Formats: sequence, structure tokens, C-alpha cells
Amino acid sequence: MSVPALSAPPHPSATSRDNRETDGDDPGTPLVSWSAVRALAGRELVRFFRQRSRLIGAVAQPVLFWILFGAGLHGSFTPPDWAPAGLSYQRYFFPGVAVMIVLFTAIFATISVIEDRREGFLQGVLVAPVSRLSIVLGKVLGGAAIAWLQAGLFLALAPTQGMPLSFPGIVWVLLFLALLSIGLTSLGFLLAWRLDSTQGFHAIMSVFLFPMWLLSGAFFPPAESGWLAWIMRLNPLTYGVAGLRRLLYLPETLPVTAGLPAWGVCLAVTLAFTVVCVVLAAWQARQRTAADAR
Amino acid sequence: MSAQPSTSSSPAVDVSGVSFVYGDKPALDEVSFQVAPAVLFGLLGPNGGGKTTLFKLLSTLLPLQQGTIRLLGRDVHRQPAAVRRLIGVTFQAPSLDRKLSVFENLACHARLYGLTGHSLTSRVTELLDRLGLSERSGDKVESLSGGLARRVEIAKGLLHSPRLLLLDEPSTGLDPGARLDLWRYLSSLRDESGVTVIVTTHLMEEAERCDDLALLDRGRIVARGSPAELRRSLGGDCLTIRGPQPESLAADISSRFGVAVRQVGEDLRIDAQTDHSLLGRVLDAFGPRIEAVSLARPTLEDVFVERTGHRFWND
Repeated sequence: MSVPALSAPPHPSATSRDNRETDGDDPGTPLVSWSAVRALAGRELVRFFRQRSRLIGAVAQPVLFWILFGAGLHGSFTPPDWAPAGLSYQRYFFPGVAVMIVLFTAIFATISVIEDRREGFLQGVLVAPVSRLSIVLGKVLGGAAIAWLQAGLFLALAPTQGMPLSFPGIVWVLLFLALLSIGLTSLGFLLAWRLDSTQGFHAIMSVFLFPMWLLSGAFFPPAESGWLAWIMRLNPLTYGVAGLRRLLYLPETLPVTAGLPAWGVCLAVTLAFTVVCVVLAAWQARQRTAADAR
Repeated sequence: MSAQPSTSSSPAVDVSGVSFVYGDKPALDEVSFQVAPAVLFGLLGPNGGGKTTLFKLLSTLLPLQQGTIRLLGRDVHRQPAAVRRLIGVTFQAPSLDRKLSVFENLACHARLYGLTGHSLTSRVTELLDRLGLSERSGDKVESLSGGLARRVEIAKGLLHSPRLLLLDEPSTGLDPGARLDLWRYLSSLRDESGVTVIVTTHLMEEAERCDDLALLDRGRIVARGSPAELRRSLGGDCLTIRGPQPESLAADISSRFGVAVRQVGEDLRIDAQTDHSLLGRVLDAFGPRIEAVSLARPTLEDVFVERTGHRFWND
């Protein structure tokens, strides 16, 4: 058995960085190693397309909800004041289902953080010379890409529901959806990182993530006043759903009401929510604790 | 604090005053040792002795609580990234993605170490070839036997040509042939590329293959040296006697022949025997009270027993 000659580690800047003053943290690592991000995100995609059941779970359930609730609640649905004339429940529910697909896919994608830890894959990544931010971005961007792709496919049905999208409309929808996907996947990552069982995640999903979606205006119109109105107003996802709704209902411009924030507000809140979730996820992953070695 | 590139005179591994507790459960207590470069070093100890904790500290997975660790001249606490570039780590627990193929696993890991494009492909192919995995390159890891998956783990730790290789119980799940191959390969890495190899093990026969050893028990280092040095430290051969009433037999042998008799579990031991006539004299005097007796060159297990006063395997 022959042995390969030892080559220098493949980091051209390694030596210069090693001589820098250090202050107790990871000074030798670039903030983001895009090669690592690509590797980890690519892994998420490959895994996803190999597990058909995940594809079905994340798309079929929301579509089924949409069809069944759309048909079932059709008669009892009272369109809100701001609604365009003749808004059917199916059409009202449409943006909410897209957000549900994003949320469910984000959840499935981030549950794998727990599996990675349990199955040992994560520890190999944690001892690699990449920043924790790279690890978070790899996982989040991979999961978000899957969520984005699935919700995007669903939104292709929009024209059949009387929502004819113009070209700039499509671009805006896809960009907004990408933002939402990254935000919700980061939120999932944030919740999953410290958990040691997928059961724990399912509990969080049913008491936190699912109600968050339910109270976002996705399923029923936001209340205009009262305690429910306040919860919905504080729910960042309300702005995601409202933003998507405004984009999908174009060229109709809906009025601004307490339950339906202006487009600029929707975009600003969704952007802020995404940035906060990404930063918190990265910050949390940087905390090196004994739990990493579980 | 600046990093000093390691030279041949400075140790590859320098552990000093390292203690570690999980909650209030101590795992390591003031552990200090050094390992010279290009040495195959073994951390031998029973399960629960602190090997794996020490391994996780060395591999930068666990944060240090107390003490310092320098690997190849770099401080693990201050320069984890620099350390991580230089070390290759093979964990005891599997760390492969079972849904990905062998090649995909290695390629994903190689990218984490900055390998890309042609150099990535050729390096992965080279290691697959070297570890006899070429034919399984496209197979999913979940379809591999435990031994083959283990080899992929080892290949993974070698991708970036590390100068220090850390392996936690590397032979777990390997059949004897594959185990032999692995040790041959580790030796050749040391000899031809000057790689320092740190191996944890609870197997005596593996420890025998190391150049240098630290025996770890209950979070402390109880002995240091090459296997031959450790055995010699016992000063001679080891007489082991078994009988139905070990307590009284020990007292009688001790008073009759003036030797120190230690009871270890069911056995009585008389260490450091250079005068082999004692065996015959003990048999003549206490034959009926003895079931079995053996005179043997000391093993590493004898060294462990001598240093800790208890058996390696606590039943």
C-alpha cells in the first residue's frame, strides 16, 4: 500500500491567516465559505429528490387542504371588506396554501438537523474548517431552495384561479417567496438546533408553527379588532401572507386595512423577519457547547 | 498569541492540565502528555475511562474547560480553524450520510475542506482506490456493510491530507483482515508521510501496535511509554494463581515466601518474577488449594492492573 505525498492544505491564504493575532474565536475561518455552503445545500437537494415521501408530504397535504377546504368552506365564507368583488374561498385560500407549502417544507428540511446530529453527520461538519455561519447557510439555503421550488410549482396554478400574473409579477412573487422560504427555514433551523429528538420538533410544530400559520390570515381573514387582531398583527407571517396576496391579486390593488397591511410594510417586515432568523440561527450555532458532541 | 509552525523538535500534540466535567460528573482530571511527530500514539483505556472525551477535545468538537491543548503548534482553543485544517478526524460513531453514495459523501466532505473540481475528483478517486472502495463508489452508504462504511469514514478523514490523524476506536466493525490493512495503512502514513496518528482503543492487541501509549483510567493517565517499556516496567514476569479461597491463600503465600501478593478479582498475582523457581515452590506448598497457575510475560493488561489495582474489564 503506498501513501499519498502530503500536500499543503488546499487553502491558499491559510498561512497568512495563521499568523494573525487571535482573540479566542475562529479567526482563521473566512466568514462564509461558499464552497462549503454549496456542498451542504447541494446535499439537501440530493437527499430531497431521493425521498419521494417528503415531496408528497410537503406538497400533497397543502394541495389537498386547498381543494377540500376550498370546496367545504365555499358556502360559509364571507369575504372581508377589502376583498375584490366575488372572491371565492378557494382564491382567498390560495396564497395561504403557498405559504403553508413553504412552512411545511422548511420544517421537513430542518428536522434533518436533528437527524444529522443523531446520525453523526453533523459532527464531521463541525470539525471541518468552516465557519458556523457557512454551516447554517448551507442547511438553510438548501432547505429554502426546496421550499421555494415546491411553492413556486403550486403558484403556477394561479392563472387557473383567476390570478393572471404578468412577467414582473412573477419575478416579484418568486423573489418574495424566496425571502419567505429563507426566513421560515432559518426559523426551523433555530428551533431544531438544540433539540435531540424529532418528536420534540413535532410538538413545537403543532403548538407554535402551525398556529403561526393559522393566525396569519392564510386560513381566515385577519380580524380587524380584538385580541385575535392583535395576535395576528404581531405575527410576522401575517405580513408574508398579505404580501404574497397583494402580489398574486395584481393588477387589482387592495385597500390598506388593519388586517391587510400595505405592500411596503409586508416587504419590510418579511425582510426583517428573515434577517433576524438567519442571524439568530447563526448566532446560536456559534455557541460551542458540550451538546455539540452528543 | 501567534501560531508557531511545528518543527520536528516540538511535539505534535501537547496536552497540559486538561480537566473536563459533564455537569458534576468528572470525565478527565488534570491530563497532561506530549506526543512526538510522526508517531503512532495510542490512548488505551477501558470504556468510560475518558478516552472519548479526550478525543472530542483533541478534535475541537468539545470546548476546553480547563487546561491547554496544542496540536502541531496551534492552540485548539484560540485557533480552532487553523487546527481543523491540519487534522483529520474519524469518529467512533458513523458520520456518513446514508442516503448519499460513497463518492457523494466524500465529495461533500472534500468541499468543506476547500477541495474543488479536478483536484477533488482525483483525490477522492485516489483514496477510494487505496482503501479498496472503487467498485462501491456509486453505492449508497446505507447499502454497505459495517466494515466497508468504516473504511469510507477513514477515507473521509484523509481527504485533505492531514498532518495529524485522530481516530476514535477505528477498528470497530472491521473484520480481522480489514483491521490488519488499516494498521498497515496507518503505519505507512507515519513512515512515508510523517503523519502523526492518534488512536483510541480498548483493545490490548491494538495498543501493542502503537509506538507510544498512554493508559487512561477514570480520567487520569496511569502509565506512559512504548508497549515494551510499559511491560518492562513491571520488572519481570507475572505469576497468576487461582484458587477457591483467594484471601487465605494470598496471606499464606505471602507469609511463607515473603512476596507481595495482590488479589485482583478472583485471581492472585505476584508481579516482577525474575526467579521462576517460585512457581514450583508455590505448587509444592499449596498444590491442593490451587486450581490453576500461570507464569507469563507481562501484558499491557498486567501493566494496567498493576497501576490501577483493578482489572481492565470491570465486570
